[in-house]
Amino acid sequence: MNPLICAASVIGAGLAIGLGAIGPGIGQGTAAGQAVEAIARQPESESKIRGTLLLSLAFMEALTIYGLVVALALLFANPFVS
Amino acid sequence: MTILYSLSAVEIGQHFYWTLGEYHVHGQVLINTWIVFSLMLLLAISTTRSLQALPIGNQNLIEFFVEYIRDIAKTQVGQEFRQWVPFLGTLFLFIFISNWSGALIPWKVIELPNGELGAPTNDINTTVALALMTSTAYFYAGLRKKGLGYFGKYIEPTPILLPINVLEDFTKPLSLSFRLFGNILADELVVAVLVSLVPLVIPVPLILLGLFTSAIQALIFATLAGAYIGEALHGH
Repeated sequence: MNPLICAASVIGAGLAIGLGAIGPGIGQGTAAGQAVEAIARQPESESKIRGTLLLSLAFMEALTIYGLVVALALLFANPFVS
Repeated sequence: MTILYSLSAVEIGQHFYWTLGEYHVHGQVLINTWIVFSLMLLLAISTTRSLQALPIGNQNLIEFFVEYIRDIAKTQVGQEFRQWVPFLGTLFLFIFISNWSGALIPWKVIELPNGELGAPTNDINTTVALALMTSTAYFYAGLRKKGLGYFGKYIEPTPILLPINVLEDFTKPLSLSFRLFGNILADELVVAVLVSLVPLVIPVPLILLGLFTSAIQALIFATLAGAYIGEALHGH
């Protein structure tokens, strides 16, 4: 087992999640802010807005999850460590 | 205390292998899938055994599920939604029950020689199978509606976009399967790591959050499958 590959994998796993969380974080913040604004403007349509918001938040979260999948593959099923 | 710690040991990539011919099968996933199947069958049979015109008791529950799924199918697939209700409903209920069973049933009590029981959807083979089923379903829907003219959508709006349109058919099942697999595995990992740090009380809110997100994931999978089928039926 090559120590260089191990170290690089661990760093790569950390970066995959850390960098992958930036974009969806910004996106979720924007979406949630707009949803709050919409609810403040039209409180009667709150339930509909909430449903749509949750669905779209889950879509954005999926992007970070892809990073997580890559990180897990690097940590637990690394193809380069043999 | 040590029992609690050993209950929460994180195991990834450990499987309880069965050998079928030349293939190695992840036995723990199959056992869990069968348990989920039998739970679903039990639910369906026990609630629809004596149907009444005015629903009483458990029949209300199953009618609520059916109406909910019909609603999803109607909004996503469009007019010809009726024949797709069973498919979308099966996807939704299977994913929903397997996600929740992974969080709610204390699988660790049952000892396996290797690997551990958990939600069937935390194994990527299950989610890839579900995603490929969805792909087959929307190809079938499009081909049956439009015949070979279905492939005309690849050169719309311009033939320059052909590679991207072809690529889309591969990214759809990829993102479907990774989204579900990653979310469920992440939920279980977060709970397992927290339990190994603080075994009592503290993980409970996160388990609840996990229940919430896994229900949302089941909804998203069914919604997206419906949306893909609807897209194949109607074009963009």
